[in-house]
Amino acid sequence: MVTLTIDGRQLQAEAGTTILEAARDNNIYIPTLCFNEAVKPYGACRLCLVEITRGKRERLVASCLYEVEEGLVVKTNSERISSNRRMLMELLLARCPNNREIQDLARQLGVEKTDFRLEDENCILCALCVRACTEVVGVSAISLVGRGTNRQMATPFYEPSDVCIGCGSCAYVCPTGAIGFEDVGDTRHIYWPKNSMEFKLKKCKTCGQYWAPEKQLEYIIKKANLSPDLFDKCPDCRD
Amino acid sequence: MGKKQIVKRLNSPDELEALRQSIVKSRDSNRTCIVVCGGTGCLALGAQEVITGFRRELRKRRLGSKLSLRVTGCPGFCERGPLVVVKPENILYQQVRGEDVPEIISETIKGNIVDRLLYTDPATGKKITYESDVPFYKKQKRLLLGNNSNIDPTDIRDYLALGGYGALSKALFKMSPEKIIEEVKKSGLRGRGGGGFPTGAKWESCRRAHGDTKYIICNAEEGDPGAFVDRNLLEGNPHSVLEGMLIGAYAIGGHQGYVYIRSEYHLALEHLTQAIKQAGEYGFLGENILGSGFDFNIKISRGGGAYVCGESTALMASLEGKVGEPRAKYVHTVERGLWDQPSNLNNVETWANVPMIINRGADWYSKIGTDSSKGTKIFSLAGKINNTGLVEVPMGITLKEIIYDIGGGIPEGRRFKAAQTGGPGGGCIPESLLNLPVDFDELTKVGSVMGSGSMIVMDENTCMVDIARYFVSFLEGESCGKCLPCREGLKRMSQILAGITEGKGKDGDIGLLERLSSTLIDCSLCALGSTASNPVLTTLRYFRDEYEAHIKDKRCPAGVCRLDAVIRK
Repeated sequence: MVTLTIDGRQLQAEAGTTILEAARDNNIYIPTLCFNEAVKPYGACRLCLVEITRGKRERLVASCLYEVEEGLVVKTNSERISSNRRMLMELLLARCPNNREIQDLARQLGVEKTDFRLEDENCILCALCVRACTEVVGVSAISLVGRGTNRQMATPFYEPSDVCIGCGSCAYVCPTGAIGFEDVGDTRHIYWPKNSMEFKLKKCKTCGQYWAPEKQLEYIIKKANLSPDLFDKCPDCRD
Repeated sequence: MGKKQIVKRLNSPDELEALRQSIVKSRDSNRTCIVVCGGTGCLALGAQEVITGFRRELRKRRLGSKLSLRVTGCPGFCERGPLVVVKPENILYQQVRGEDVPEIISETIKGNIVDRLLYTDPATGKKITYESDVPFYKKQKRLLLGNNSNIDPTDIRDYLALGGYGALSKALFKMSPEKIIEEVKKSGLRGRGGGGFPTGAKWESCRRAHGDTKYIICNAEEGDPGAFVDRNLLEGNPHSVLEGMLIGAYAIGGHQGYVYIRSEYHLALEHLTQAIKQAGEYGFLGENILGSGFDFNIKISRGGGAYVCGESTALMASLEGKVGEPRAKYVHTVERGLWDQPSNLNNVETWANVPMIINRGADWYSKIGTDSSKGTKIFSLAGKINNTGLVEVPMGITLKEIIYDIGGGIPEGRRFKAAQTGGPGGGCIPESLLNLPVDFDELTKVGSVMGSGSMIVMDENTCMVDIARYFVSFLEGESCGKCLPCREGLKRMSQILAGITEGKGKDGDIGLLERLSSTLIDCSLCALGSTASNPVLTTLRYFRDEYEAHIKDKRCPAGVCRLDAVIRK
């Protein structure tokens, strides 16, 4: 165990945990957008920056990536941190002025307006969808394409992906609701910021409900080496 | 190289020394040698025609026994290329054309000098015969570049004749890895890629790190606009870089090396490829090097044109075949780098310094330079300067000496305005700081950086707001886009600066630029973002009145920006 101080509170954390994890375990709030426990930390949104002191040197680090150290002194809310967070939120608010999640977080961090020219995006390019697709689902159907300000989240060449199983994990982890997801009749629609795809849903042999994308079920059967007729019935109709 | 050499792998230091002596013996040091610069700069100015001309004339006149020809890397004086030097006297001919070749040959064999091709000192109006008397070379200390004109980079024998791979031999047989690291630490060598991290300390951390294997990497992704230091070292003396890597690998305990080089560097890539092949044939690479039992191999990896891949973690991601995006360095790459193994990355120029530190010792090396920055530094001088080219100077020389004494001042008698050092993430240094001693820490103090050694000189006709706009838009285009402050922040900075230069600047713009700068410095994931505001902050610090003139008076003091179109509306 490692002893460290966060915002004046001395606490213990297991070696190898990050400052963010240690803080959350102790009910200390640090805002994040690109963090999700299901995937590896990425350090892109920079909202989780905290100030650490080692010896005389103070510096800002991404708490989602920085691992706890013995004797580390951490501040999660100094003036330097909050002014930087406000600037980051101003940048996000200018990118996504009409996005409810961004508006709420901005207000919470004390930002009501932005001085920058407004755009109209919902995607903040945090790559949670991409990382979930790669690390959790394991298919890598989507990625971030282009560099810098041309960066976008999309399938390769913006074409329908032949490896996407339509599971919707990307929509589930998206922190800003930038990815839409809808089942209509026998079809699932996934709406990404720059393109969309449709998936045929499987019908339950018993109740007749459409309950999951066929491609997703095929993927699970293959991956877990299950019997193909296992998913003939929806979970509700199984014994 | 016409003749195919039969090569035997060298198996001991004695064999290396014997080979060196036999190469030296086979060459007559009094025989006249015509050296033509075949570096990228001179080639662009027509050197190929000169080279072909010499080859044809020497063959036609059957002069092979009296005169030899050597095509070399760049001696630095690019402004006056194509350059020809007649050795052993070191007579310098400049701006040589293909049609000058017959005359040079005829006069040289008669022992005469072709007066009209000599360099004229603009200060005195007198012709200068010898290379070393040219003011451009006089104040330089050419430890790394000095040998360029003695080396045909495609022939390892030239490097060997000058004692090449002698430092490797000494390191392998007379020094322990710890002793080598101690020597490099004592020399005070700091990383020439920009960061200025102490090289010996880096090696030591990598040596001590736990891992199955350790990688040795040479960063040759020199992407700063106006920088051509590493390109010239690889073009002109690739073996010095390989020898440095070999010594580092032995000291650290690595057996696999990589050179990550930008694809745009065709000639450097060609010479490096040839050098690795020849080093392998002679037994300086591969297994059981010089019979020491030490194994080391080097692979070349070509960059795809992304500036950010010059950043160490992005470079390693790219080497792994992934998208070249940086990651946080809270765990250093010497602990966990390429494929999560301890990896030691140094820049081309850093590696090239290593052999001479081993050969001549840390005590000698640490006498050159300032207290905190040792040795020499190569700068590529570009922009509004008379002598565009590559200069190697001792650390601590003043900016004024570089720009006026070596660089020959500003063309057309114009006034110096600023020098931008260290690439896009460097700062603009004003006239009032011309007496600044140039080293890592002094440059940082005034808001700039050493960077990889580009030095862009600007005259009174340069608009500093426009310069800031240029560098910020360069970086905006090269930002990988991973972290929010760099991607969104540079976009906004670029919009604001473009607005100011177009006459749309408004009150509050300067304050907003300053707030954005501070967030870029504090929050960016890598050095591309955290140094990106340097051009903005230094121009605001030293040329604030220009910003104010653009914003308040809708006037560009340098007369560069077209603001009038907006005013008329």
